[in-house]
Amino acid sequence: MYQGISNYSEGVDTAFMVILGISFAFLIGLTVTMIYFVIRYNKKRHPKATQIKGSTALEIVWTVVPTILVLVMFYFGWSGWRPMHDIPEDAMKVKSIARMWKFSFEYENGKTSEKLYIPKGEPVVLDLISRDVIHSLYIPAFRVKEDMVPGRTKQMWFQANKTGSFDLFCAEYCGLRHSYMTTTVEVLPQEEFKSWIADTTGVATAEGEEAKPGTAGKQIIERLGCVSCHSLDGTKLVGPTFKNLWGKTEMVTTDGDERQITVDKEYIKRSIYQPNVDIVEGYREGQMVSYKEELSDADIDAIVEFLKTIDEEE
Amino acid sequence: MTANSHTHHEPSYLEVKPRKGIWNWLLSTDHKRIGLLYLYSILIFFAVGALLGLSMKLELIAPGETIMGAQTYNGFFTLHGIIMIFLIVIPGLPAVFGNFFLPLMIGADDVAFPKLNLLSWYIYILGALIAISSQFMGSGPPDTGWTFYAPYSFQTNTNMLPAVTGAFVLGFSSILTGLNFIVTMHRMRAPGMNWMKMPLFPWTLYGTAWIQILATPIVGITLLMIVAERLFQIGFFDPALGGDPILYQHLFWIYSHPAVYIMILPAMGAISEVIPVFARKTIFGYKALIISTMAIAFVGYFVWGHHMFTSGMSGEALVSFSLLTFLVAIPSAIKVFNWISTIYKGAIHLEPPFYWALSFIFVFMIGGLSGLVLGSLATNVHVHDTNFVVAHFHYIVFGGTGFAFMAALHYWFPKIWGRMYDKAWANIGWLTFFIGFNALYFPMFYLGIIGMPRRYYDYLPEYHGPNILSSLGAIVMIAGLLIIITNLVRSTKSGEKAEADPWNGKTLEWKTTSPPPLENFDKQPVVDKGPYEY
Repeated sequence: MYQGISNYSEGVDTAFMVILGISFAFLIGLTVTMIYFVIRYNKKRHPKATQIKGSTALEIVWTVVPTILVLVMFYFGWSGWRPMHDIPEDAMKVKSIARMWKFSFEYENGKTSEKLYIPKGEPVVLDLISRDVIHSLYIPAFRVKEDMVPGRTKQMWFQANKTGSFDLFCAEYCGLRHSYMTTTVEVLPQEEFKSWIADTTGVATAEGEEAKPGTAGKQIIERLGCVSCHSLDGTKLVGPTFKNLWGKTEMVTTDGDERQITVDKEYIKRSIYQPNVDIVEGYREGQMVSYKEELSDADIDAIVEFLKTIDEEE
Repeated sequence: MTANSHTHHEPSYLEVKPRKGIWNWLLSTDHKRIGLLYLYSILIFFAVGALLGLSMKLELIAPGETIMGAQTYNGFFTLHGIIMIFLIVIPGLPAVFGNFFLPLMIGADDVAFPKLNLLSWYIYILGALIAISSQFMGSGPPDTGWTFYAPYSFQTNTNMLPAVTGAFVLGFSSILTGLNFIVTMHRMRAPGMNWMKMPLFPWTLYGTAWIQILATPIVGITLLMIVAERLFQIGFFDPALGGDPILYQHLFWIYSHPAVYIMILPAMGAISEVIPVFARKTIFGYKALIISTMAIAFVGYFVWGHHMFTSGMSGEALVSFSLLTFLVAIPSAIKVFNWISTIYKGAIHLEPPFYWALSFIFVFMIGGLSGLVLGSLATNVHVHDTNFVVAHFHYIVFGGTGFAFMAALHYWFPKIWGRMYDKAWANIGWLTFFIGFNALYFPMFYLGIIGMPRRYYDYLPEYHGPNILSSLGAIVMIAGLLIIITNLVRSTKSGEKAEADPWNGKTLEWKTTSPPPLENFDKQPVVDKGPYEY
């Protein structure tokens, strides 16, 4: 399968082999014994049962032997897990932020990415931050998983030993689009990673292409994963689409009263800072958390500029 | 006593009808009728839960939207879990067969508190109605999963409070039934039946009852904390109020893990009844089976942390919980060894209840052994919250408890209704169900090991193959279920009349007529030997 992709592969897969090996031996051995007894002692062949009340010796044997075996399994489970617990100090730090329903990764030089780019053969430690509910960062090929709990800062670390692209999933159920909260880990050769991380044009574009209106806003929207709930093409997802939103007239419910509003900057700002105040007709309350901590006035201006552009494009 | 001594017996409990129509059921304090009230309510809920499960499997037969949207799917797996866990598997064997057979097996005329027993059923129905009302009131069916994890369950605007309130009310039913059984076993055993002559099904009910009484109140406390948090903004679990969502997980699993033993212990007891009868042989290791029951009931309190290995507990806590989880596996293994040894040198009668019992041992072994993968730290981290957990859990509570329920139903059917079902159809139903069950759940182990998370409405194409097999298995299993239920329902009316002891059983319930009279025995039975002496 994924043999040797991360520094845990060997320990975890050994524990799997030991436990599954013992388990299959027991399952097959006991099932075969049981079926043999059922056939051998069928009433046609063995009409009179031999009454046996029990055997202390056997009870001791089948208490002691499984006890030893489970302790062996416990040991392999423990030794495969122990390295996950000891985080090396020189590991490269990446801030991993989860929100419904998107992962984003922030590097120490300020570069952000939707995919987790890491160098091969170097320890990486992820700061696990959730902005809303519990998520769980799971990379099956690496054999790692750790929950991302709001209000707690946790860490996980690993080292990839092979280059390639590997699935990264959210493993803790987090609502409507849980199964779409996926991305990939891109393990690059060290040199290639160095040039990737040094290349901040993705970030720089925001200033460089300022001439084109809305670019900065578009980047914010992509970085925060707004588009996983608010489509750009008119599709109805969890929240209203951004397409043709600017200047539109909407029916909203505020404190139980229906009223008509026009989408202006004030409305956009309120919807981002207090998303559960005005609920647009046809949508549900409680689906979005406030982005007050993350978005400044200037950011909201940038988003408004972007909304204006997708209005004009169509 | 033999069946012949009952030629001039009293009318059976089904013939005693002091009231009009349905009131003979709704106001009866007869433990046998109450057992059947539970059986019928559970079957209705089960039909709903199984249909939800089948729809989920059909949705997953192909990636992308197949038959329903994501919100519906999330609501379905939530309701499926709530119904199956709180309305069916937790009450399950104790409420149905415990009520019906505990007094019969210990030679009593009823449980200690018959009125309280009827009240427990009404509380059960009330709790069920409250839980189900969450589907129809408020702003939408709960979509949190049956675990109601904070803070998602506080942020979603779906109707999660009634579902938790329902669980709270159902808890009272569970506590009262447990209390009733404990007193019944302490006070009402037949003359001569000391503790070491009591059959094993009552013994497992005894262990279960203590868990029901001691662990269930935790659900109550947790609910009160949720109410305080929602109404008075006291931050227990919601980080926005300064609470800790991990505290919720602890409280939830401190109850819900022992609850798994509430589900499985009586199942083990039923299997311990069936196996000796069809081997015509005394049970092997009677005392070992009792000690292992009590060991499971006790150690089961201290392993809840294995649900939270990736939540962020200290390393010391993780290691302790892992070790304790491995230890709780040992008494289960001891039971399997004793059951198989009971078959050794028996005179095997291959009848439907015995097929169910043998297949119980097989699926329970798969469930238990896969639990070792989850108890071990390194492997748990990989398969936690994947399909592997779903497979393990269904092998234990559906494979374990479900197969044992079917074994018990086919074993005691002639005693309950006084008629025998069609054995050929019972065997066909069993085989179809067995094949469907394994085709449905076994691929999910594999899906989990290759990394498919659970509660996924949609999945990547690499997971397609095993999902197809699993969905087809669901269809076969439901077909098997329909065969089984049709056969049994028809036979309650048209089956051949059953003798008092059609299986040559040795426990006391076979010493009275089928169906038994209202007061169970014409003459108070007296016990002078062990329960399975052939």
